[in-house]
Amino acid sequence: MLQSLYFSALLLATLSGVPGLAWPARGGRAASWMLAGSALCALGLAGSVLYGGLAWQAELRWALPGAHFLFRGDPIGTFILVPATLVPAILSFYAEGYWSDGTHADTAPTLRLFFGISVGCMVLLTAAANAVLFLFGWEIMAILAFLMVTTSDQDAAVRDAGWIYLVASHTGALMLFAGFALLALGTGTGFDLGPVRAGFASTPAGTAAFLLLLGGFLLKAGVGPLHVWLPGAHAAAPSHVSALLSGLMLKMGILGILRIIAWTPDPPLWWAGLLTGLGAASGIMSMAFALGQKDLKRLLAYSSIENVSVIALGLGLALAGKTLGLPALVLLGGTGALFHLLNHALLKPLLFMGAGSVMHATGTRDLERLGGLARAMPRTAFLFLAGSFGICALPPLNGFAGEWLIYLGAFRGIQPQGWVWSVVTLASLAVIGALTVACFTRAYGIVFLGEPRKDLGAPAHESPRSMTGTMAVLAGICLFIGLFPAALAPALQAAARDLGPGLPSLGSLASLGSLSLVAVIGIPMGLAVWQAIRRGPSTRAVTWDCGYAAPTARIQYTASSFSRMLTDAFRWLLLPIERIPRIQGLFPREARFQSQAPDTLLDRGLNPAASFVASVLSWLRFLQAGHLPIYLLYVVLTLVALFAWTLK
Amino acid sequence: MIRNLAQPALVLLAQMALTLALAPLLPGIVNKVKALFAGRLGPPVLQLYYDLAKLMRKGAVFSRTTTGVFLAGPAVSVAVPFTAALLIPMGSATAPVSFAGDAVVLAYLFGVARFFVVLAALDTGSAFEGMGAAREVTFAVLAEPALFMGLATLARLSGEPSMAPMLTAAGQGWRAASGPLALVLTAWVIVFLVENCRIPFDDPNTHLELTMIHEVMVLDHSGPPLAAVLYGASLKLWVLGALVVKLCLPLRGAWWIDWPAFLGGMALLACAVGVLESIMARLRMRRVSQALIAAVVSGTFGFLLLLLA
Repeated sequence: MLQSLYFSALLLATLSGVPGLAWPARGGRAASWMLAGSALCALGLAGSVLYGGLAWQAELRWALPGAHFLFRGDPIGTFILVPATLVPAILSFYAEGYWSDGTHADTAPTLRLFFGISVGCMVLLTAAANAVLFLFGWEIMAILAFLMVTTSDQDAAVRDAGWIYLVASHTGALMLFAGFALLALGTGTGFDLGPVRAGFASTPAGTAAFLLLLGGFLLKAGVGPLHVWLPGAHAAAPSHVSALLSGLMLKMGILGILRIIAWTPDPPLWWAGLLTGLGAASGIMSMAFALGQKDLKRLLAYSSIENVSVIALGLGLALAGKTLGLPALVLLGGTGALFHLLNHALLKPLLFMGAGSVMHATGTRDLERLGGLARAMPRTAFLFLAGSFGICALPPLNGFAGEWLIYLGAFRGIQPQGWVWSVVTLASLAVIGALTVACFTRAYGIVFLGEPRKDLGAPAHESPRSMTGTMAVLAGICLFIGLFPAALAPALQAAARDLGPGLPSLGSLASLGSLSLVAVIGIPMGLAVWQAIRRGPSTRAVTWDCGYAAPTARIQYTASSFSRMLTDAFRWLLLPIERIPRIQGLFPREARFQSQAPDTLLDRGLNPAASFVASVLSWLRFLQAGHLPIYLLYVVLTLVALFAWTLK
Repeated sequence: MIRNLAQPALVLLAQMALTLALAPLLPGIVNKVKALFAGRLGPPVLQLYYDLAKLMRKGAVFSRTTTGVFLAGPAVSVAVPFTAALLIPMGSATAPVSFAGDAVVLAYLFGVARFFVVLAALDTGSAFEGMGAAREVTFAVLAEPALFMGLATLARLSGEPSMAPMLTAAGQGWRAASGPLALVLTAWVIVFLVENCRIPFDDPNTHLELTMIHEVMVLDHSGPPLAAVLYGASLKLWVLGALVVKLCLPLRGAWWIDWPAFLGGMALLACAVGVLESIMARLRMRRVSQALIAAVVSGTFGFLLLLLA
């Protein structure tokens, strides 16, 4: 029964793009309903596994050395399976309006096909229990993501972003190939994935396996400094694909790390230190970059890095707890990470859909040109506000509940043995939280509030109901989880069970229901005050701008001026490129100030390094003459050399 | 059953009523002290009550630029400190709402207020309000870790990540851990002054200087929304003041000692703020972040000191 639910979800998702190839007119609707069916199957599966305590396993033969189709429905995978099918279904309904066959006839059918298969790959990954099978799904997912990112490949920036993504994802895949090969030494079951034996984690092979697997998974998750591919790819892809990449595909990396934690009975303490340090540094760094961005979608991409960093902080706490024998830390860090993963998987697609709606209406995602959209697009504005509020992890929306668990873990961890990780987590979460509020008040305030800035050609218009309606569904789910987080407690408890032995019950450590209580007090109070001050006579006038007779949109605060103080504080990291005009004479000519914040690591570090390596290696190019006989000669020479070496 | 519930219910009602009724008294006391210091008679202590009553009866002027977000700012800035007030034990050992992790909720509730007040400021499209909003979010980046390092110290002291046991343990721990607590107090007083826009970090009495933070954000509010802003500011002063006062106040266990002691402490704090505002000039903008860094460092040292002890 459970197996058939799983395979139905897998097949429905994978094949969802196929009907559209034959009947383009109906393809969008068919794909959406098939993905919705897949989501229903996943929900049924989650109900049985997470709330019902059932488990399932399936095995099929496959004539490949070391490999067979081995599926295992563990709670962690099932927990991630739910957003991994539910959110794509919502995105698919959104895409019917956003990237319809009418407006993008040439790319819509293939994009739908790739979208469906990559969702299928994620379904596969959540239950794949064999390394070869896992990597099979992993590679197909990565290649399809490349194909989706480069949908608009007539644009050079898009091709560049796609190329960087391809290089990064294959670097990660190579690390995973090596990592899984080493892991096989620890599990003793060949390439079947599972718990490693005690003591393996501290051996050199275990250390190498951990570092390789961590590198591969963090590269996919986009935790800095392995994030270089992420902002470009997210900005280049169509918005619903960005939502899929950012909301869900990044989480496949987190899934891998969760599995490593679950499989290792005795992780060394430096693993926790590594994850905590990376989480803290990358969280703060990504927000500094987000504050320097002018492109709405790049800003959202950097915010995704921040969110996976928060998840990494939770995982670091869980690892520290596992090593130090503090089950409360394992539980709170692990469930906090899982909860935050779910929240980000819901909120970031909502925000990317909002950004897509803005682009749909105005044709630009440049913050310096946008402004005052709230009056033209009230529904999009409201839903983007909900997303921004949620992603800032403020109560009572869902974003808070996940971070709250991590905070609680950090507070519980303030003990003589584990305080370093806890305090680093606490302090960095506090800084990250405040920076996020700065980042998203900036994004929302600049795009939707105030006066429209520049003439965009045509007046902005509200997006079709298919787009705003799907956004409303996601926002509704977020609000529900935010108001009743306790409903998820059993699922979180079940999913965390594998992370370590002897975990206490979540209810005894963190009463998620109390958050509802705070909402019950705060929300009616706010609404009552709002009602009270809204009534009464009111008149409309021009904004009182300290005596200016005719204020224009040009004197309004811009996105750059809003974040100037903060980006100045992070100058050493952002290294912005600025063009400051010198004003000379009594009647100076029109002057323009320009600044932009490139990704320091990519543009100042990796790209120059790669060019340098390429130029050094160019002298080896004579080996590649392009003649087949020469290449055959190389093969023969190599073989002869190998024979000589073995004869020795 | 009824007897068991009677006492918490009484605490809840007392705390709600006292918070809502007495909060506007604090700015009155501050202003009176400042006036006396300057040799003036000054406005009556109840001036803010008169102002609020007058503003609620007036009509409002809204900018043509604004949307619904503009009213969310004032509404949230009343609702948030009120909700936060229920998480803090004031006169007694328990808070009306108390659970593990409520300290985080408290800190993030003020994030909610900041989020909407900043958006309401940006909603007007005014350059001045944008400037205030930018400063508000910038200084929060340092105020938050200062607050949290203090919370971490108290959590270590009490072993419970909840406001009520944390503050009770702090009040009783002064003899054993006076050093760490003094450092936390320093950090929190700085946070208290910054968050409530008090001299030396911000000036609540001027509106138009380019150097202001909070006041410049609420420049365009009038009538009932302005009343909500002013009332919300006094509630915030009350709540964050209660944190500072309870940090220093040992608990005796009898309500007829604890409640008057708490209220006396609040009045004393207001007087201290008045004196401070009278004898100090406002710091330059650059110094504000330096003072906040000092607060973070102070909180961190407090924590480390407690850990080593």
